[in-house]
Amino acid sequence: MTSPAFTTRGLTKVYGEGHTAVHALRGVDLEIPKGEVVVLLGPSGSGKSTLLNILGGLDRATDGTALFHDTNLSEMTDRQLTRFRRDHVGFVFQFYNLMPSLTARENVELVTEIAQAPLDAGDALALVGLADRADHFPAQLSGGEQQRVAIARAIAKQPEVLFCDEPTGALDSQTGRTVLKVLQDVNDQLGSTILMVTHAAHTAKMADRVIHFADGAIREVVLNATKLNPEEIAW
Amino acid sequence: MVSPLDHKLVRDLWRMKGQGMAIGAVIGVGVMLMVMMTGLTVSLTETRAAYYDRYRLADVFASVARAPDRMADRIALLPGVAAAESRIVGRALIEVPGEALGIQAQAVSLPERGRPALNDIYLTHGRMLDGSRSDDVIVLESFAKAHDLSPGDTLRATMNGSRRTFRIIGLAQSPEFLYTTAPGELVPDDARFGVIWMSRSSLAATYDLDGAFHDLLIGLTRDARQDAVITAVDDLLDRFGGRGAYGREDQQSNRFVSEEISGLEAAAKGVPPIFLAVASFLLYIVMSRMVQSEREEIGLMKAFGYTNAEVGTHYFKMILAIAAGGALAGCLAGIVAGRMMIGMYLIYFKFPFLVFQLDPASFVIGVSASILAASAGGLFVLRRVFALDPAAAMRPPAPANYVRAGQMGRALARRLDQPSRMVLRRILRQPARMAGAMIGIATGMALSVSMITIYAGFDRTIDLTFSVVDRSDATVSFTHPVSDKTLFELGRLPGVTHVEGMRHVPVVFGNGRNSYRGVLTGLPPDPQLNWALDADMVPIPLPDRGIVLSVYIAQTLDLRPGDLVRIDLREGRQPILEVPVAGIAQTLLGSPAYMDLAALNALLGEPGRVTSAALTLDPARADALYRDLRDMPTVVGVSVKAQARDAFVEIMDTGAGSVRYVMGAMAFIITFGIVYNAARIAFAERERDLASLRVIGFTSGEAAFVLLGELAVVVFVALPLGGVLGYYLSFGIAAGFSTELYQIPALFDPVSYGSAMLVVLGAAFVSGLLVVRDLNRSDLVEALKRRE
Ligand SMILES: Nc1ncnc2c1ncn2[C@@H]1O[C@H](COP(=O)(O)OP(=O)(O)O)[C@@H](O)[C@H]1O
Ligand SMILES: [Mg+2]
Repeated sequence: MTSPAFTTRGLTKVYGEGHTAVHALRGVDLEIPKGEVVVLLGPSGSGKSTLLNILGGLDRATDGTALFHDTNLSEMTDRQLTRFRRDHVGFVFQFYNLMPSLTARENVELVTEIAQAPLDAGDALALVGLADRADHFPAQLSGGEQQRVAIARAIAKQPEVLFCDEPTGALDSQTGRTVLKVLQDVNDQLGSTILMVTHAAHTAKMADRVIHFADGAIREVVLNATKLNPEEIAW
Repeated sequence: MVSPLDHKLVRDLWRMKGQGMAIGAVIGVGVMLMVMMTGLTVSLTETRAAYYDRYRLADVFASVARAPDRMADRIALLPGVAAAESRIVGRALIEVPGEALGIQAQAVSLPERGRPALNDIYLTHGRMLDGSRSDDVIVLESFAKAHDLSPGDTLRATMNGSRRTFRIIGLAQSPEFLYTTAPGELVPDDARFGVIWMSRSSLAATYDLDGAFHDLLIGLTRDARQDAVITAVDDLLDRFGGRGAYGREDQQSNRFVSEEISGLEAAAKGVPPIFLAVASFLLYIVMSRMVQSEREEIGLMKAFGYTNAEVGTHYFKMILAIAAGGALAGCLAGIVAGRMMIGMYLIYFKFPFLVFQLDPASFVIGVSASILAASAGGLFVLRRVFALDPAAAMRPPAPANYVRAGQMGRALARRLDQPSRMVLRRILRQPARMAGAMIGIATGMALSVSMITIYAGFDRTIDLTFSVVDRSDATVSFTHPVSDKTLFELGRLPGVTHVEGMRHVPVVFGNGRNSYRGVLTGLPPDPQLNWALDADMVPIPLPDRGIVLSVYIAQTLDLRPGDLVRIDLREGRQPILEVPVAGIAQTLLGSPAYMDLAALNALLGEPGRVTSAALTLDPARADALYRDLRDMPTVVGVSVKAQARDAFVEIMDTGAGSVRYVMGAMAFIITFGIVYNAARIAFAERERDLASLRVIGFTSGEAAFVLLGELAVVVFVALPLGGVLGYYLSFGIAAGFSTELYQIPALFDPVSYGSAMLVVLGAAFVSGLLVVRDLNRSDLVEALKRRE
């Protein structure tokens, strides 16, 4: 096994102070191997997004360390975090977060524009099966299509890691499966590590590794002996 | 490849084009005024300088009762004097068919042949004098045009009591008569004042001035000290009844041009910043609203690794596009407006040529000041863009908290229907935001109030000047200080109902190092026709000892009632003495000073003398009376007030007066910019709520009520606030606009306030219509999808 993409030790996150303080993460120790599909499973409010945001360089831990390979994310300046996101990371959010004033292609170009070795925006859209919708605005696309554009946008820079926060949360089962399939293809074809947050247990069946999360801490880590193809998952 | 962010920029700009254009228009008006006014300043200044230079306008002017020609030669030898040209000037009454009174004119001598060394004329038609005939005259072009006179025509005039017939051989303009008004008047009327140039010998014969002169023109060398030359000239001419030499800056026509130029300069500095400040405020409001509604997009860009600088630049470009667009449009409009204004100036100022010249600096300053002002507004917003952290931006904001607002309005709310409650709660929930909108609209109201008040002030000036300050029907001026017995003679003429004598004496007022050249008016005790009035339009009684100064003189010399003012009378035995300031008169036109007539005569040692008389008369007998007056040898001219008033009104209605509509339009643009932006923002913030209302089953009218109700409340609170602000602003602007020639009273004028209110309400109405149109067009499903 190669060295892990992420390693955390005693990762803690506290929102607020005093008796109103919320402990979102309570000492998380974790390793995420390179190239795996990792699913983070847990009830709403358990701290999944918080962990994802810290690993993705969007937020900072209150305490503990988070390493990306050998570099400590907690010690990075804002500028370095920006650099890190720009060069290594892709994001997919629950609500797609496309720019409403840009077409599908332009939304993808938003990322390829600043990436080092990007895919062609058209190719990225073809990868998610939306080559023919490239010139549509988000308002002209369905939820699933918007999410696939968001994925195309996230993978277009060929990121080492892809963070997906409840990517199917707002989608029906069939559309959800299509999106998961796209993510699986990305993992297969680009070799990107995927860290996916979800509260839907069935999604876990496509993962190499499932981290059960509750109350700001890891409950258990399960390695899937047999990964299911997303198309085979019962919703 | 064009960056996708630039696509977004273009589309965002297109989406907010209404607001962008409203703000751009405010910037544009500011830049337009600046480009136009600085351009006019440059054009007038440079054209005037070139004209003076080419036609050798004198640097120093001296008039004297009667001095022998050799004095001119002696003065020519003074150090610093490059040239001295003596001449004879006198007043003439030109006969024009249909004008019982005759038209007042100035006769000016020219050398028998060739060009004068100083104060040359610009011949537009015909030829110069050639010494062949003594009845040849050249006439001021504008006067000739007004009366359809051309070379070859004859002209009849009364000069020094004798009637003469002249032959017009040419028409001319002159740097000395750029701006001409009938004696004692302030606005030009081409038809009612003329200048005729004729040969020196012919005029000398008329005034019995062989080998002597009246008037001396002096050109200075480059390194001359003007005040030293003036002192030397005064010393030499004193014995011959010198009236005191003065520099070009005090020459009447030049003084008017200078006033106009300095007024333009001041306005070019003072007015555009107001517009830019308003635009800066608007941009701040609009951009902060935009950044708030795009916090997710900003967070997203940051999440992808866009740096603060890159995201900031994106929003900054938007500010830049609006500012630069407005500024460039303003530059173009400024050129067009400047060209048009130049045409208007040519009505007042008789330049042989006047082209609108651009001041390239004004472009640079205008554009960069706009961008700077806009950036100032935008920078505050950019700070917020920087501060947004990507993770927080991605989280949907919590629903707006109305708990407190709900409680505050509960008692009141019980009496209101649901939509009214929504309006009320929103206002209560965001008092700061609402206060911002109110202040913005109040500023628009204040600007409208002050602009309209100022122009109402001009109207008021006319009204007061011609009905309250001066109650006479006509004013007769005499050839020289005459005995007050002449007044009885006048009083006996059929048609005259009341006569009051006055004496005007040229004077130099002084206080310490400051001095002011003007005229002192002696008024009879308890006058009925002309008087000194205080700020409340109540007559100020003239004391036996002491002087009443107009506000402008008092301010220029820094004098208050009770202070001593030095007066240097330039007539008769030319006494210099100090007298107490007995009061300050609120004048509107000109800058007079008043003294008791008997006291003034006593100072001069010439009891019982008057130089003019104010009359009231029986209109039915006016024509016959005018003929009688014309035949009186001591009468040099008669000014009929109605004519002066007509001239003033015409000027106000055509040239200067049309500016009032421009001002109204600018007030509208500014107010519209503010109100429309406030309405747009309210709409954007409520789009989702309004869509929900529609979905529940409210009609679009009812939904519009929720939106417009808020706008209406804001506008109605802003109106009185703006009224009060405008009241104070008017005083500031009135003081800025007032000059030595006219003072603008900043009075509380209900009509102006009403008009300003209409401007604001009009702007609010148009804004409301535009926003309701957007509301009706907005896609319900789209609006509901939007997470905000
Ligand atoms: N910005 C914040 N301020 C305060 N509390 C927060 C903030 N963000 C998240 N939390 C709290 O932290 C806990 C974990 O949140 P989150 O990571 O979003 O959970 P999950 O993604 O598992 O649903 C929750 O209790 C949430 O209320
Ligand atoms: Mg979450």
